[in-house]
Amino acid sequence: MLEVRDLEVAFGPVAPLSGVSFSLEKGETLGIVGESGSGKSLTAMSVMGLLPLSGGRITAGSIMFDGQDLTNLPEPAYRKLRGGRLGLITQNPMTSLDPLQKIGPQVDAVARLHLGMNASEARARTVEILGTLRIPEPGTICNRYPHQMSGGMKQRIVIAMALAADPDVLVADEPTTALDVTVQAQIIRLLDDLVKERDLSLVLITHDMSVVAQTCDKVVVMYAGRAIEHGPVEAIFDAPQHPYTQALIGCIPKGLSDDEHLTGIPGTVPNVLNYPKGCPFHPRCTQAKEICATDVPAFVQHGNGQAACHFPGAPQ
Amino acid sequence: MLWRYIFFRVLMLIPVSFSISVVIFMIVHLLPGDPIDNLIRVGSSPDDRAALITKYGLDQPLAIQYLRWIGAMFQGDFGEAIVLRRPVADLIAQNLPYSLALGGLAFAFSSIVGIILGTISATTRSKIVEQFMRGFILLGSTVPGFWLALLMILFFAVQLQWFPVSGAGGWSALVLPVLTIGFGGVALVARVTRVALLDVKREDFVMLLHAKGLPSYKILFGHLMPHALLPVVTILALRIGWILGGAVTVEFVFGRPGLGSLLIRALGQRDYPVVQGCLLMLALAVMLGTLIGDVAQAAMDPRIREAKT
Repeated sequence: MLEVRDLEVAFGPVAPLSGVSFSLEKGETLGIVGESGSGKSLTAMSVMGLLPLSGGRITAGSIMFDGQDLTNLPEPAYRKLRGGRLGLITQNPMTSLDPLQKIGPQVDAVARLHLGMNASEARARTVEILGTLRIPEPGTICNRYPHQMSGGMKQRIVIAMALAADPDVLVADEPTTALDVTVQAQIIRLLDDLVKERDLSLVLITHDMSVVAQTCDKVVVMYAGRAIEHGPVEAIFDAPQHPYTQALIGCIPKGLSDDEHLTGIPGTVPNVLNYPKGCPFHPRCTQAKEICATDVPAFVQHGNGQAACHFPGAPQ
Repeated sequence: MLWRYIFFRVLMLIPVSFSISVVIFMIVHLLPGDPIDNLIRVGSSPDDRAALITKYGLDQPLAIQYLRWIGAMFQGDFGEAIVLRRPVADLIAQNLPYSLALGGLAFAFSSIVGIILGTISATTRSKIVEQFMRGFILLGSTVPGFWLALLMILFFAVQLQWFPVSGAGGWSALVLPVLTIGFGGVALVARVTRVALLDVKREDFVMLLHAKGLPSYKILFGHLMPHALLPVVTILALRIGWILGGAVTVEFVFGRPGLGSLLIRALGQRDYPVVQGCLLMLALAVMLGTLIGDVAQAAMDPRIREAKT
């Protein structure tokens, strides 16, 4: 359905994203994980064709969607896909809706644009979708303004907009980061149900490994603008090969004992302007040897997964 | 909800207009110089002076004077001009149409052209057009009106003889003053529109509008413009008050009558009833302007509608 190969993105002379590859079949959920600044959102923007908005462009690689390469798709054709076959769910529902417009028209716009519906047909569809997203009184909600609703409710509206034209692929860029913990679980469960009911392909971008473990079929771990490990979720969680993946999984609280301390990964994600030479993770890596600082590691096959590490599977 | 907002907003005008009227009333008593000195003929007796003081009620307590003055205002009696010896209401009625025509046209011109230019400069992909607009905006916001007026007269009236040099006869006499005043307004409105548009463009929801597949023109006119116009409306509302009194120098250069000129002349002559009348009109225009601006904003933005009620 969706296949990204060796994607490279540049903003002027800076290339914050390179060598990102993944593929996604119908009905599958792919998780993209990594810390802030690892290039997850850029990957989402690339797939949606929205990079030019922020001044970026794709300099190498391909994004195949249903047999056509999106990287050289002309804007009018891309516009038909966006909101049509490709739906986007953004990170912050508080700022994702136009505050001057009622909810109804904002959702209606999608069906009117992509399904050629008139105003009343589109409204009927909006009400129906809001209903399936377990929004109470969808008819009245249509006449509300965004500021009159809670964050979780707004995120459902954003999801409704993404679903209105029955997309094939849904890209969810940290859909729960800005929400209350209790609401987070609801939204994740909702997305999971939608994928199953509608046979959607979901790209779920998150920094939460436990969310990946719960909902995803495959996972891509990103670090400093590169994919450093990818494969089926079970394989990655059972035997993470890259030290960074191991560290990320190590960060998931077990919640079993009182004296458990929350673990983190020492250091920070490097700035786009000075990505380290060699393996981008080597300055923070406990297993790093000399070669890690000089040579970029190639992907090494391990079971169904691949990891870009000179010493894959090294002891934790 | 909007009607509720308007009701409370109008209610707020009562204390505001009261304060303004008190200030305007007190001007006579606070400004240096005794108005009676200006009125009285040289060599009059103290009895004449006392008679004048009684005639104008200046021997009454301030509160009584104020109540009399404001009561007369409500009946359309603005008093009599001391120097010109005519009812102030007549003077205002005579000058107001000129101010309204010039200010109103300049206002319309600067709003429409300013919004269009601002929109173009914020959305164009052409570097040349953008540079040109930025130059124009800088020029328009810095060139003083009276100087531009002189240039306009020199070129369009003296050299090309397209328009009359001065006076207020007919529509052709309006063109140069409107352009002169409008130029600064256009630049101001264009600048505010441009900055506001560039600001909204960066908002998250705009990205999501693109993600819905909306074409750019729909995003611009359906979503960006309503946001960008909020600050523009504020600026325009402030300029509504400007319509009546802001054109003094330009009126002067073009030799046009108007409320601004009347006020300046009356100030020079210490003709207090005229000063009071003019100030009251200007204050009224400013209050009306901000009222219209606030109501327009409330009509455009649901968050404002709810915040103040």
